Amino acid sequence: MTLDQTGTWLFGRLGLDSLPILPAFENPSTSEFIAAGAALMVIVGAIVTIALITWFGAWKPLWRDWLTSTDHKRIGIMYMVLAIVMLARGVLEGAVMRTQQAFGLHGGFLTPEHFSELFTTHGTIMIFFVAMPLIAGIVNYILPLQLGARDMSFPVMNQISLGLTTTGAALVMVSLVLAQFSNGSWAAYPPYTGLDFNPGPGPDYWIWTIVFSGIGTTLTGINFAVTIYKERAPGMHLFRMPVFCWTVLCTAIIMIFALPPLTVAALMLAADRYMDFHFFTNDLGGNMMNFVNLFWLFGHPEVYLLVIPAYGVFSETVATFSGKRLYGYTTMVYATMAIAVLSFCVWLHHFFTMGQSANVNIAFGVASMAIAVPTGVKVYNWMATMFRGRIRMTVPMIYATGFFFLFVIGGLTGVMLANPTITYQVHNTLFLVAHFHNVIIPGVVFGLLSGYHYWFPKAFGFRLHEGWGRAIALFWIFGFTFTFMPLYVLGFMGMPRRSVAFTDPAYQPMMYVALFGAALIVSGVGSMLIQLWVSVRERERLAVPLGDPWNGRTLEWAMSAPPPEYNFAVVPQVEARDDFADAKATGRAYSEPEAYEDIEMPANTAIGLGICVGTVVLGIALVFYIWWLTILSLALMVVVFVGRTFREPAPRIFPAAEVAAAHRAWLAAVRAATPIGRLDETDDLNRGLARPEHPELMEPAQ
Amino acid sequence: MRHPILHPGLNLGPHHGEAHDHAETVVFGFWVFLMSDLIIFGLMFATYVTMANPMGMAGGPGPKDAFDLGSVFAQTMTLLFSSVTFGFATLALRHERGPRQLMVWLVVTLALGLIFLGLEFRDFADMIAKGAVPQRSGYLSAFWGLVPLHGLHVASGCVWILVMLAQIRTMGLVPVVKTRLLRLGLFWHFLDLVWIGIFTIVYLMGLSQ
Repeated sequence: MTLDQTGTWLFGRLGLDSLPILPAFENPSTSEFIAAGAALMVIVGAIVTIALITWFGAWKPLWRDWLTSTDHKRIGIMYMVLAIVMLARGVLEGAVMRTQQAFGLHGGFLTPEHFSELFTTHGTIMIFFVAMPLIAGIVNYILPLQLGARDMSFPVMNQISLGLTTTGAALVMVSLVLAQFSNGSWAAYPPYTGLDFNPGPGPDYWIWTIVFSGIGTTLTGINFAVTIYKERAPGMHLFRMPVFCWTVLCTAIIMIFALPPLTVAALMLAADRYMDFHFFTNDLGGNMMNFVNLFWLFGHPEVYLLVIPAYGVFSETVATFSGKRLYGYTTMVYATMAIAVLSFCVWLHHFFTMGQSANVNIAFGVASMAIAVPTGVKVYNWMATMFRGRIRMTVPMIYATGFFFLFVIGGLTGVMLANPTITYQVHNTLFLVAHFHNVIIPGVVFGLLSGYHYWFPKAFGFRLHEGWGRAIALFWIFGFTFTFMPLYVLGFMGMPRRSVAFTDPAYQPMMYVALFGAALIVSGVGSMLIQLWVSVRERERLAVPLGDPWNGRTLEWAMSAPPPEYNFAVVPQVEARDDFADAKATGRAYSEPEAYEDIEMPANTAIGLGICVGTVVLGIALVFYIWWLTILSLALMVVVFVGRTFREPAPRIFPAAEVAAAHRAWLAAVRAATPIGRLDETDDLNRGLARPEHPELMEPAQ
Repeated sequence: MRHPILHPGLNLGPHHGEAHDHAETVVFGFWVFLMSDLIIFGLMFATYVTMANPMGMAGGPGPKDAFDLGSVFAQTMTLLFSSVTFGFATLALRHERGPRQLMVWLVVTLALGLIFLGLEFRDFADMIAKGAVPQRSGYLSAFWGLVPLHGLHVASGCVWILVMLAQIRTMGLVPVVKTRLLRLGLFWHFLDLVWIGIFTIVYLMGLSQ
């Protein structure tokens, strides 16, 4: 073997030219400097993180309390951290694209290649590594608490899901440093992403990112669904569950049934690229429409997967901050289920223009419009919940208000796009970009950010700074409006999406407006970091250790904040819908149980982290054709995974006496505290004990 | 006396105590996983059907050139029979006939699974010799995407049986081993079901045209 062959054997197609720093020297231009800067940011960020952890001597607690933990609450928080890191990157990429287009008349500063890569990573990151981990994070934290459960059904699998999601995110980050990510958009349509047109490692990054995180999400869905069916506390009938849990069930169903098409499509593309199959090639009987169908068979349910939990969050926050039970609980449940089912019947509206018959288009158009009906039911229900309620315009309600106005606009443009004749006019223009950002930002992002603000005190024992929270919400609301409303106009003017530059000066004014909006959104994300910093610094003042800062209605508020690891000192007996509101109204709340029992919790394990590291290595090996490493990492993971099943780790036991002591201490603190009214909710007086107000309105929904 | 059924499929029964109770969650979870896996097979079938036409075959070998029904029938019988033998294994588990009888039935099932895989490999080698390789046409890509995927599942099932044989020996019939055997049983029968689809849609329909 010559030296060259040995190098190829060892490193595949990974070479020095894979580093994006080099082109910046060879061909100094703004576009290359941005790529090199991003790569440096990843490297410096990683080094600084490692240095800080070492400086604070935090490796041991990090390992023991977080990385090997199977506690659903800690896993939830890790998902949130991942999502917020990736959100920073995704938003910055969006801002770079808006800046490029604002100066894009006859050029701009980015190469078309770089711009394509930006909208590809922006889409991939925002969907898979911001929206999905935010959902997985909030659901992981809240679902077992709302159901009256001690953990998910499968705590170890939960950790593995987190590991696989992190793998996907890590591969997208690695792609900044080694070679480039795909430039074929987040939907990665072949034949453009096929080997003939795109032989580089980019589409392979996309494939393995999607496959690993997709498998993780499927496992997450199984975990959520089984938890809802099997782990509910006694008395928690399905129709007593908080609406948030119902929305999680719908999301879990979509995860279980809609993620496989994505995995299949990505793996078929991999077969085409790695083994010369002909699923989607132009020649020898390949059919790229199969990819498009498979992708959107996933893609459309996916957007409901994202927005349905946001509906769930709004259902909780609107009821709580209106001081009323949710209006129309049953219709809410049926509407959510209807949306989940219909979401599987509309995928074709993503490609009305691709040549199927008019009748097929009409069928899918009608199905798409039909989704507006249950969604409308939900919006009316939320508004009816607020009607004559004790409304407090706290941060979640500001988000909800923005959501009502903006999301309805997004929904209406969706109904427009569901009409094939209109789609033929605006297809592939910025109108479409405006539409889907209009449902995803006011719907998904506002919902999840309001959930972040609403449940943060439960998770950390102190509230987020209210003033900064309001600023963030307003930055997002106005930032969204200024960024995307102009894109509707530009779409009507005929500006194609995904174009790096344009030649019509008429587009320019609206582009400047959109750039201003992007600046507001970046300020919003920056303010989130400031808010976190300020809140941590003032955590004594903002502390709510008693656990019920908002006069909550559901079980997660019926414990200290942060909750003990086992969640409930004794598994609650649920008597009513909105059980904690009922308990507070009838005097059941804060009572000491007759007896405490030992509690068994699953032991720590490093399997999730191991799978994460193993699949990152596997992904890099596959992207760069390093076959020995592919086989080695795969074999190691199988051996470790199987080997682990040969010994059952003993569960950790929390003795009854310890549980009783902690619970009694909390109950004593509750008795000693002064309950506060809703006017003082955002004041320092709020220690997390609510004074019942309007008991006649606090009655549970029946 | 009849007991409530905790999950679909064969229940261990209350005399298994903790294993029976624990099975409710884990077996239900496994059913949900199988539903998800079935979607994957369903999509592979759908792709196959859309490509089983002259355009997809692109002038390459079609079903009549590539398939050998006799061998496929033998594979079908082997796999169906292995499902029966796994059923006996599960009954031995449920009625506590001791690890020995259970392991015998598992070994028989494993042997049948390996025979199935051997016959399938022979067919695949035959197809490759005839030039019916996945690189030839979209239709053959769809075939090689679907049928070997099932074969890969059977191979994993065989590895799983080996692991369970080892665990019965080293760990004994502890609850977690019992619930794993229940799930392995579901997996094995599920593969049988998918094979019936493959036999019908890929082989019988392909050869009858």
